[in-house]
Amino acid sequence: MAVDDTLDMKSPAEVATALDETGYLPDEGIATAAFLAMRMRRPLLCEGEPGTGKTALAQALATALGVDLIRLQCHEGIDAAQALYDWDFPRQLLHLRTLEAASAGEMDADAAESSLYTPRFLLARPLLRALQESPCVLLVDEIDRADDEFEAFLLEVLSEYAVTIPEFGVVRAPQPPIVILTSNRTREVHDALKRRCLYHWLEHPDLEREVAILRRRLPGLEARLAEQVAAAVQRMRQMELLKPPGVAEALDWAQALRALDQNELDTEIAATTLGAVLKYREDVERVRAAGVVAP
Amino acid sequence: MEHTATGLVGFARALRHSGMACGPTRVQAFLAATEHVGLDDRSAVYWAGRITLCSEPDDVPRYDAAFGCWFGGAALPAESPGRPLPRPARIAALSAADGGDQDGDADKPLAAAASEAEVLRRRDLAELGAAEREHLRRMLAVLRPEPPLRPALRHRRSKRGPLSPRATLRELLRSGGEPLRLQRQKRSRRPRRVVLLIDVSGSMSPYADALMRFAHVVVRRSPASTEVFTLGTRMTRVSRQLRQRDPEAALLAASRAVPDFSGGTRLGETLRVFLDRWGQRGIARGSVVVLFSDGWERGDSAELGDQMRRLRRLARAVIWANPHAGHDGYQPVQSGIVAAMPHVDRMVAGHSLRSLEDVWSWVRRLSQPGMAPEERSVGLGQN
Repeated sequence: MAVDDTLDMKSPAEVATALDETGYLPDEGIATAAFLAMRMRRPLLCEGEPGTGKTALAQALATALGVDLIRLQCHEGIDAAQALYDWDFPRQLLHLRTLEAASAGEMDADAAESSLYTPRFLLARPLLRALQESPCVLLVDEIDRADDEFEAFLLEVLSEYAVTIPEFGVVRAPQPPIVILTSNRTREVHDALKRRCLYHWLEHPDLEREVAILRRRLPGLEARLAEQVAAAVQRMRQMELLKPPGVAEALDWAQALRALDQNELDTEIAATTLGAVLKYREDVERVRAAGVVAP
Repeated sequence: MEHTATGLVGFARALRHSGMACGPTRVQAFLAATEHVGLDDRSAVYWAGRITLCSEPDDVPRYDAAFGCWFGGAALPAESPGRPLPRPARIAALSAADGGDQDGDADKPLAAAASEAEVLRRRDLAELGAAEREHLRRMLAVLRPEPPLRPALRHRRSKRGPLSPRATLRELLRSGGEPLRLQRQKRSRRPRRVVLLIDVSGSMSPYADALMRFAHVVVRRSPASTEVFTLGTRMTRVSRQLRQRDPEAALLAASRAVPDFSGGTRLGETLRVFLDRWGQRGIARGSVVVLFSDGWERGDSAELGDQMRRLRRLARAVIWANPHAGHDGYQPVQSGIVAAMPHVDRMVAGHSLRSLEDVWSWVRRLSQPGMAPEERSVGLGQN
């Protein structure tokens, strides 16, 4: 298989080690998913609760492989011009005026026009950039926010790894970029796109891994505090909250506690800093009533 | 190696029988993936399969169970691949109507006078006979509920409206830089999402069939912007099943998916599950939510009130279609309804075909931009 040396990983374990070095601690599932996405040249669709590290995976993968991360944030109404390419009209117009002035009115219309549609005036948006700059990691973030039409369009780009620009020709990736799609399941992603992708459902990390993540991401965090924070967050996830905390919230909390020079999580300090973890008044009340700190 | 491939394909077949949608492309990907990770390590095979064969979180427990059986040496795998699917139970109302086909009246209603159709439109769905149900079914099938619209982010060209710099510049380029024609634009419009929540508990069972058919018609009209869930003792998403063209097949698939037809009601709890799993993530956000229920809450009505408040904050508008509200002398006194009332934009009847059309006209009206919340609360829900 013609794989660029930089992207060649022999096994999921090797991917895990490489990710680990960047500060992202994958479990076996994530490592295998990333490994297969690279080996099989297929996009990887990551779904899971917010804060389980879907977006972070793409970032860590790019760092681990030493390639660029190109990010396409999806939103309602996103269209091809925002995702693929656009022509820089103002500059084209200026160019035309300059040509006109320089040639004193004796301008060859065809030549002038063809000079307008060159890479110089092409504004490459994330998808086109990913094809041009591959090898790279392309992150298509929150695909569930985009419309159906956009999904269909994306499917086309991701199955060919090439796009046709009418005035310009075909842009084909020398080798397909590594594509990570994320979805928060606000809407079902279309089956056709799912079929094209590998799929991984991310769970919140278990206690042990969460402690490891906290200590890895916040060097110098005391082991006891990390364990207390992780345990409290794990307990909150069991409590049927409106918005159960993710890893990002656990990190925020630990950071907040550190900023307050706390070495230990007690009931009092937990109660005053809950705002770092919980984002709904109802959740804060419920957690306060139940008590989160292990005795 | 040949032997292993057969084993792996067999495993995929077993998965398909357990209800997962893993087609040939997925199986191929699975085989390719096992080549990359090797077959020696059980957990590597597990992950290779999970990543290639699963396509939604609900698949994961099914996959885990099947994997345990197939590779864990349990007794199940040998007979599992060839075992026929259990025959699904049919909805009560559906089979009752089937029985009615034989009495010969079923064909006549097609020729019925318009006035009779109009009477039928107003009749309570719970009181219909078999032949009338059949007629109603045909009337439902020809409904064309226009999806409600909302302003979209994108603009489109228009004769009137604000200037479009992009289009004007493009036009300028064509004429070599002379501003010949100014291009204008206006907001385009897109369908607003509609969420139908159908109570399928015992007390609603006379209406369940007609409501599901109504839901099917709505889903078929705008599949991308309609979501349907059933509430009873559990919450079930049936949008996918209802997207099939044929109404009978769609209803059969939906009834197969719903485990709790004609069970009890725990509206508050199931509503919470809906909001946790789907609503808050985005499905209820900004959409018009129609709740078809009689409000007979067996659970905690305070919980129902809390969840309705949550729903109202997420949704653009909440409409409660209550079959009892269509009856004379109805008073919203049941504890569930009392708790939910303050968080409902509009309480409507929803007991006859006519009132279902009425529900739809409210869906369209309430999704119009610029309607202030005060203007919206004009129904029984005034509070």
